[in-house]
Amino acid sequence: MSANDDVSLSREPAALDGNAAAGLLQQIFAIDITMARITCGGCQSVQPLAALRLYGLPMGNILRCPRCEATLIRAVARDQECWLDLRGAAALHVRLA
Amino acid sequence: MRVPRLAWRTAEIVAVRDESAHARSLALRVDGWPGHEPGQHVDVRLTAADGYQAQRSYSISSAPAAAQLELLVDYVADGEVSPYLTREARVGDRFELRGPIGGYFIWTAAYGGPLLLIAGGSGIAPLASILAYRARAAPGVATHLLYSARTALDIIFKERLEAWKREDPALAVSLTLTRSAPPDWSGYRGRIDAAMLRAVAFAASEAPLAYVCGPTAMVEHVADTLVSIGYPAGRVRTERFGPSGEST
Amino acid sequence: MAADEKSPVSRGFVGRRRSPAQAERVPPGQYVTLDFPILSAGPTPHTPLEQWSFALQQGTQRLAEWNWSQFQALKQTQVTADIHCVTKWSKLDTRWVGVSFDSLLEAAGLDTPPTAYVMAYSDGGYTTNLPVADLLNGQALIVTKFDDAPLPPGHGGPARLLVPHLYFWKSAKWVRGLTFIAEDKPGFWESLGYHMYGDPWKEQRYAGD
Repeated sequence: MSANDDVSLSREPAALDGNAAAGLLQQIFAIDITMARITCGGCQSVQPLAALRLYGLPMGNILRCPRCEATLIRAVARDQECWLDLRGAAALHVRLA
Repeated sequence: MRVPRLAWRTAEIVAVRDESAHARSLALRVDGWPGHEPGQHVDVRLTAADGYQAQRSYSISSAPAAAQLELLVDYVADGEVSPYLTREARVGDRFELRGPIGGYFIWTAAYGGPLLLIAGGSGIAPLASILAYRARAAPGVATHLLYSARTALDIIFKERLEAWKREDPALAVSLTLTRSAPPDWSGYRGRIDAAMLRAVAFAASEAPLAYVCGPTAMVEHVADTLVSIGYPAGRVRTERFGPSGEST
Repeated sequence: MAADEKSPVSRGFVGRRRSPAQAERVPPGQYVTLDFPILSAGPTPHTPLEQWSFALQQGTQRLAEWNWSQFQALKQTQVTADIHCVTKWSKLDTRWVGVSFDSLLEAAGLDTPPTAYVMAYSDGGYTTNLPVADLLNGQALIVTKFDDAPLPPGHGGPARLLVPHLYFWKSAKWVRGLTFIAEDKPGFWESLGYHMYGDPWKEQRYAGD
């Protein structure tokens, strides 16, 4: 990881991936959610959350399907609170052990 | 994998080292650092005197057993944080850091090999952590690093890559330069393409693991190509650093 | 670090900011930038002009619609405005050309707006809600030019909404229409805790501010 500066440049925003959302999501989930396999509600493709494309910085984290660009997860984190919208994800599959 | 809730910790710069014309390593002392796995990253937060804050993520380039935590920062023109970290910050300066973060891009000996590591530009950072760990913990694992840089002067960690290669016959290192190469250059030239990948990649029948890190466009192209030559998508791990179409 | 402990200051860090020459033009908590940062909730759409249209809607009813050449034939207005992003950068004296909301109503044959609120909607799925009262009387344009050139796709081209007196997330990029709604409803960022209205002079960044 060595990124995000480009998010603020006067050119196309660069897509990071779910790895860069790990810090925010780890505030909410007790397991490493970037390793969860997530089913896209749009095209039904399945990939690790880490492989989703990340937009929206620095207002929030918007994770989109790398196949069809549908929005799977929307998250905004502030110091003391978080908002999370998972409606775009059809399913999350996590290993607990 | 269970993970702890992260807290912001204070990091103090204990050493800086220029790795190339625009990339720098920062060695840090971090209060209460819990240790990390190879391939993980941290979030860094800077606070100005008037309270203004900016946050970015950086990969850990040091081995888990290293005495100091090291981050690799690449200077991005017109960036907000990297110019500060690469040009202004000095020994003794402090910022906040939280981590380690990210179970997806970890490699440890338990995962096995053979191991195909592909880096573009500063994407070498998490792979350096993996290689440093591997040199101590799993030197026999068949490993091939393919590293793409713009020019010979942009090859980061050149000495340590050469040392690892010298010390370990199971590690192969291939370099490609995309912008210009010195006259005596014996490595590859040009961006990583299907032909180069076929030449360095382990056969899919060996059930290799691949880790690809660097600019977004390069990572996606390489990952798609590996899948097209038979790597199961689940055995190709990616970490995108950002600028699409940026030449490495 | 406990919530009530302050973050350590990073010596020498100021970010990309400049001290405002005219502080009274800059809302609280904002810093002036000479750049034009881009923030997007998704990839840049690239709608070809021959497929582009802009509509005023109410429910399922299309009140008016213009294709690109029809839109360009509407009364064009020039505007110079300061813009303020909720992420704390402000950019002064930005110059735009477009069609005012007032001109759209007129061209649509609407003497009065049918409802008190709109939801702006864009290519790529972005939405944002606004009171109609904040669009009337020259407060809002659908802009197609920035700095005398066609609006680049990265900044919302071919057309974006411009409502400079509110935080800039309300100036929806890639806008394709406005839907008149009876009650205020949260759009894309508003449904994730950002303020429903977004007045930079009252620092209305988040719900509850």
